[in-house]
Parts: sequence; structure tokens; C-alpha cells
Amino acid sequence: MARPRVKVPSTASKGEVITIKTLISHKMETGLRKDRKTGKVVPRQIINKFTVTFNGQTVFSTDIEPGVSANPYMQFSVKVPESGEFEFTWVDDNGETYKTKKKIEVKG
Amino acid sequence: MKFTRREILSIGGGAVLAAGIGLPSLPAHADAAEVDKMIKSFAGSAKVETGTVSLSTPEIAENGNTVPVSVSVESPMTKEDHVTAVMLLATGNPRPGLITFHFTPLSGEASATTRVRLAKTQDVVAVAKTSTGKVFMDKKTVKVTIGGCGG
Repeated sequence: MARPRVKVPSTASKGEVITIKTLISHKMETGLRKDRKTGKVVPRQIINKFTVTFNGQTVFSTDIEPGVSANPYMQFSVKVPESGEFEFTWVDDNGETYKTKKKIEVKG
Repeated sequence: MKFTRREILSIGGGAVLAAGIGLPSLPAHADAAEVDKMIKSFAGSAKVETGTVSLSTPEIAENGNTVPVSVSVESPMTKEDHVTAVMLLATGNPRPGLITFHFTPLSGEASATTRVRLAKTQDVVAVAKTSTGKVFMDKKTVKVTIGGCGG
């Protein structure tokens, strides 16, 4: 089961550029690995997309390939215009999506 | 075989791009053609320039399974002039594609960090494109002591 963790500052000043760190536990099976017991190629299963919205608007997203390490880590910046809520979405090859939200209070 | 004028132009354009006007040379490798193709596809008709985009990687990666990679592009990140996307490629991996970051003016800064798998010592390439139609590229060599492709 993929579990996401995100680190977002709880407050910021208006227009400040903050750094967000995210991590999700996922094997990121490349589709190139052979199972040692059966000798068969283990099929690909990765997180292929990561999207971040703020108050419903997309601020950052990534298209992910099997070359990204297991337990994909993403660090990026956001310029916060006002108080609101971030929503983070990870999409798995198998169609499942994992989501988490974080609020931020903007002062000034 | 008869070529249309469009096809002749695109072949000519490709040759000019490959001739290295602003395009840093890629290492001779079986996948160099594929990497080149991916860069051209990403860049479209724009000339690939150097500078402006900066790729940061460790000189030596002890574990090829998880190599930290950061990219940063100088940009005002305004609605009129911002970085739209940055693509990272591993020129020596079985499949060169790593990740494409999509930025918006709300990003504030066009910078991102992730961790990638590198199968062996190779060059990592970052290609950035902006809303004004410019394309920039940077390249860094990473020495890998233990390869990271499920081996």
C-alpha cells in the first residue's frame, strides 16, 4: 500500500516562495527486473504522475518514468498567494490514485 | 522516393541541430540516438542553448538505485516568461527517460529535486523549455559504483 508523506510549512507570508517535500512509499517496479525464483520478468508498476494543486489550481506536476527511484521523493517550490489548501495526487500504473491534503495560513 | 519540401526542411533542420550549434556533444553510446531524438522532440523547432539551466548531481553515486538530482532554471517565473517544463534523461540507462517536471508561474522558482536510478557511470541531461519558446540544456557526469537497475 503506497503511503504518502508531505512536508509543508504551516504558515507563510504573502508571495513567499516555500519549499515542499513529498515522499510516497512505492516499489516503482521497472519492468526490467527478473524474479529470482521464477526467472520471469516482474511486470512494470510505478507511480507515473504526481500533481500538486493549490485551492484547486495546478501549481506543479511531474510525469514519472521507471528511472525514478523506489519511494519517489519530490522537492519543489510554490509561491503562495493566499491562505488555502494543497492537494497532492499520485497516480499508479494500475489506475489507483493516492491523495493527501495540507493547509497553509498566509499572513500579510 | 520523392521527399516533400517539409521533409527536406526537417532533415536539414535536424542536421543543423546535430551539428552542434549550442548543443553540447553527447557521449558516443548505443542510446545516444534515442536520447537525441527525445531532446529534439521536447525542444520542437527551438534551438537548444546552453546556460540558464543548472543540473546538480553528486560526482560519485555510491548507490545507483537512488541518486539525488536537482535542477534549477533562472527565470522570472511570471505569466509572460516562465519555465514550462524540464526533462531529465539518463543517457546510459536501458531507457533514458527519468522524469519531466511541469512548472507554472505559481511555482515561484523553477527548481526541483528527486532521486533517480542510474544503471552505470553516465551523463545525466536536463532540458528546460520556457513559455517564450526558448530551450536550454545542461549535462553532468555521474560516476556510479553500484549500478541501480534491479541487478
